[in-house]
This record gives sequence, C-alpha cells and structure tokens, in this order.
Amino acid sequence: MTEITHRSTVSHAGLIWKVFIFLSLVTIVEVKLGISKPDYLHLTDVLGTSILNWIFLILTLVKAYGIAWYFMHLKDEKKWFRRAIVWPVVFFILYLSFFVLWEGDALGNILREWTRWTY
Amino acid sequence: MKATSTDSPEENTWNGGGKQPFKASYGKMMMWFFIMSDALTFTGFLGAYGLMRFKFIDSWPIADEVFTHVPFIHGDYPMYYVAFMTFVLIFSSVTMVLAVDAGKQMKQLKVTTYMFLTIIGGVIFLGSQAWEWKTFIKGSYGAVALSDGKIIQFVDLYGNQVTLESFAAPATNNERIQQTRSTGIWFESEGSITSVTLRQVKEGFANDKKIFVRTELMNKRLKKKTILVRPDANELLKRATHVVEGANLKENEYGNTLFGNFFFFITGFHGFHVLSGILINIIIFFNVIVGTYDYRGNYEMVEKVGLYWHFVDLVWVFVFTFFYLI
Repeated sequence: MTEITHRSTVSHAGLIWKVFIFLSLVTIVEVKLGISKPDYLHLTDVLGTSILNWIFLILTLVKAYGIAWYFMHLKDEKKWFRRAIVWPVVFFILYLSFFVLWEGDALGNILREWTRWTY
Repeated sequence: MKATSTDSPEENTWNGGGKQPFKASYGKMMMWFFIMSDALTFTGFLGAYGLMRFKFIDSWPIADEVFTHVPFIHGDYPMYYVAFMTFVLIFSSVTMVLAVDAGKQMKQLKVTTYMFLTIIGGVIFLGSQAWEWKTFIKGSYGAVALSDGKIIQFVDLYGNQVTLESFAAPATNNERIQQTRSTGIWFESEGSITSVTLRQVKEGFANDKKIFVRTELMNKRLKKKTILVRPDANELLKRATHVVEGANLKENEYGNTLFGNFFFFITGFHGFHVLSGILINIIIFFNVIVGTYDYRGNYEMVEKVGLYWHFVDLVWVFVFTFFYLI
C-alpha cells in the first residue's frame, strides 16, 4: 500500500516569506511603472505594443509562476502530474488569446474606416 | 492470484483508497482539474475583453485616469488603492500557504490562526472591491453623451479633467427636480437625475472660455485623449443628448460602454470567486477548530481549499494587469 503522508516535520515558512517578499517587490515595481509611465517605455512600441506593456506582461507571468510553483506547491507534485496540469492550460490560453486578439485587431482596422470623430 | 476487488480500500483508486495516481489524492486532483477549467473560463472572459479592447483601441478609456480614488483622501492617486488590494490578496495567500504548512506538521492552533487571517484578508479584499465599485458607479467628473453614443469630457487649460459642477451655469427654477413617491399623486419611481442638466453644461461651457472638450479619440503618438479647440467643441455639443454621471451597464462617463460592462462582469466574477472562497475557508476553519482534521490524521482539506484560494489570487494578478496596468 502506498500511503501518502500529508505530514512533514520541516516547516517551509522561510521559503514562503521569501516568495512573498519577491512577489511584493514585483508588484511595487509594476505599480511604480504604472504611475510614472516613463515616456521612453510608454511611447516606444515593440512588436505591436509598448515596451511598458511588455514589462507588465512579463512581470505578471513571473508572479503567476511564483504563485503556482510555491504557493500552490506545483514544484512538489510529480513531474507528469504537473505537466498534465500546466501544459494544456498554457496551450489553450495561448491558442485562444492569439485568435481573439488577432480578430480584435482586424475588427478595429475595419471599424476605423467607419468611425468619425469630427462633425 | 488475487482478483481485483473493489471493496478493499487498499485497492481503491478513489474514495480514500491507497492507490493514488501521481501520488495525488482524488480530492486534490479534482481540485486541480476544476482550477484548469476555471482558468480557461477566465481566459475566455479576459480574451473577450482583449478582443473588444483591440477593436476599440482608438478610443478605449485610459485606466489610470478612471481609478484614481483612495478612501478618505481627496485628489488623484492612480493605482494606489488597487495596489493595496493586490497586496491584501497576496498576503492572504501567504497566510493560507502558512496554514497548509502548519497543517502538514499537525499544528492545530497555528492552522486556526492562519486560516483566520486568510479569511480576514479575503473580507478586506471584498470590501475594497465593493468600495471600488461604488466609486466607479458614482463617477467623479461627469460627462456628456452625444447622439451617436460617444462620450465627451471636459478639461481645463492644463488638460486636467474638471467636474461638470465646476463650470455649469447656475440652476434655474425650471430645472428638473428628482421626483419621489411622496410628491406624486400617481407615481411609481424614476431613475436618479443628474446633478446638472445639459442646458447648464452648455451655458456654462459657452461662458467659461477656459474649459475645453476632450473626446474619446486617442492620440496615437502621445497616448493621450484628443482635446478639441473650442469651435470644434461647439459643433460636438450641438449633438449632445444628455449628461452622464458615473457608470451603469448602458453607459458610463469614462468612455466606451463595454469598458464598464467588462469591468463589472470580470471583477464581479472574480469577486464572486473570492466570496465563495471565503465561505469555503470559513467552513474549513470551523472544521479545524472542532478537530475534524486532527481526528482524520491529516490536514489535506486545508491544502485543497488553499489551492482554490491561491487560484483566486492568481486570477487577480491577471485582472490587475489587464484592467489597471496595460
């Protein structure tokens, strides 16, 4: 019988606080950038959106990784259980995001011709 | 050779049996599968938001001009309050994971404390969100809607938005007053009327040459809304139909109606998740107190509800980015 013990003698509190401090720092950086919006990041476009937006996106993914890996302790799960959870979700999110954003952009391009801002 | 027997608990895969695929129990695995499906639900919502935002990219409201309020403090403080909410949720995630950690060491008192803190964090977050909604619905500056549904706002010489009251002409005796049941002979109800009328706004605008009109159209280069010269503004005001204050599902003073709709729907759906998370946490909290898990010999239930709670936090990280930052 392969009884799973849900017990452990060591506390991971130290690691948890470290992750918390890290997530907090990332949030502080995001908020600071969101308030100051430096022109060289905000007004410079790279690959369809501003550098600032790319920074926000990457920091968000970093935070998501921190939460899923340490708080939801995915890192302690069996490798293929972890993969069974993460891979399909990531794949479907990328798949759906790509198509809806692409379509949204196309709709915007069509709408632009038909919208008047002066009368 | 032993035949496969279903009533031996040691052979059962589920229902507390000893066989655990991937060394994950039935409950935990199902929680993960639920989280996967919920993640895709939120993807659908945020994807729809992204689609509409890209569709109206030329005129989408700028978030940090909308969410600028902090309770008890006047003035513009963009983002601070949402940042506070984010911290509260991350912190309640930390106390949750500490509760799970204490549960693994069978420390009942510690689990109780941390669960309690988690619930408090969730309640603070939900209260903050209610306040955020209230502020959003009430509105701050007021705007005017045109016959084709576009919204125009009013700014001063420096391009800062001003309230309608600050320049509107004084009310006359003929102005509409809010009707109530007590003043009517046969009267059911009416929606609230705006604090100033369109006539007051038009007259006030004509008198005050230091007020300008800002349209929804985004200046692509500066990433700011376009401010019109006064003759153009007068042309637009001819098409004005009514004053808009605050937000509802039909229109809002911030710009595109969909902006308000998505705000209500997505933050509302997330808030509902937080609410159910709090309720489940409370149930588990009492179970911990009465010693259910101590008796059971493991605190895995705390771990499962913890997964859900962290997921709610995870979703908020994305909502925060897409609604307030980008």
